[in-house]
Amino acid sequence: MELEAAQQISLMGKYIGAGLATTGLGGAGIGVGIIFGNFLAGALRNPSAAPGQMANLFVGIAFAEAMGIFSFLIALLLMFAV
Amino acid sequence: MAGEAEGSSGFAIHPMDQFVVTPLFGGDHIAWYSVTNVTLWMALGVACVALLLIYGTRRRAIVPSRTQSVAELLYGFIHNLVEEVTGHEGAKFFPYVMTLFLFILISNLLGLLPMSFATTSHMAVTVVLALLVFGTVTVLGFINKGIGFLSMFWVTSAPLGVRPALAVIELISYFVRPVSHSIRLAGNVMAGHAVIKVIAGFASLAVVSPIVIGSITAVYALELLVAVVQAYVFTILTCVYLRDAVGSSHH
Repeated sequence: MELEAAQQISLMGKYIGAGLATTGLGGAGIGVGIIFGNFLAGALRNPSAAPGQMANLFVGIAFAEAMGIFSFLIALLLMFAV
Repeated sequence: MAGEAEGSSGFAIHPMDQFVVTPLFGGDHIAWYSVTNVTLWMALGVACVALLLIYGTRRRAIVPSRTQSVAELLYGFIHNLVEEVTGHEGAKFFPYVMTLFLFILISNLLGLLPMSFATTSHMAVTVVLALLVFGTVTVLGFINKGIGFLSMFWVTSAPLGVRPALAVIELISYFVRPVSHSIRLAGNVMAGHAVIKVIAGFASLAVVSPIVIGSITAVYALELLVAVVQAYVFTILTCVYLRDAVGSSHH
């Protein structure tokens, strides 16, 4: 009985941890939003320069997204590996 | 990945069931030589790429057919990308980058077909692709620049005091590259497919099913965009990493 309760508590911790880890994705959302918003603001001021910066835009988004991906990875590890 | 969660959840169709690797020809034991659904869909992806390029360019017409236009557009697009990002020196990596891009793009798009299998949703697939890029960059960097390749960790534009700390951070971020490179692709594809399945689960309620079908259509359209953008992002990051190994003109 005691053991079962302990298992349930550890399961609860696992799920709460996985849920908490997903909040990191909010940070990635903010980062990507800032990058894209600034790109758009710049592109509207000087539309002729915008196509040349598309590659930089995607690299910036990819780097900002990487941090969110790590929290996603932790959520995945908690759910399926721990 | 999905097997252990079965039965305990409330889903009629578990959203992760679509990612289960099953052998095609009987049995449930998977050895390294087993032909599984991953093998099948990867082979189909490679066949599609080969078909597009071989069939598309078989006539080499001055006025291109539709298939030839697609092949030429993709070729020109990636060629420009490689030249623009890695510089003139890096243009010799064009075949590699083109192969990566087409394989990932076609695999993503094939994975979106109903009842198909998204090979790029599996980290085992994307990690191999990312590790190949990582290995190529590391080995080529040392071949091209010798010990000078390590100078990319020593940021000379920063004040002397913070350089050791920056070097540690740069070193960590260098080794984390294959992790983020691969999980970005796998995570995006897997999350998108799981979202579609979760929304589809609500379709069993007759009252909301029209809304559900509408939202699945919308998410599917978004997933088409994600499939193309993620292939592009993987390619462009490959180019950025390759620039470290070959390019010295930019710094």
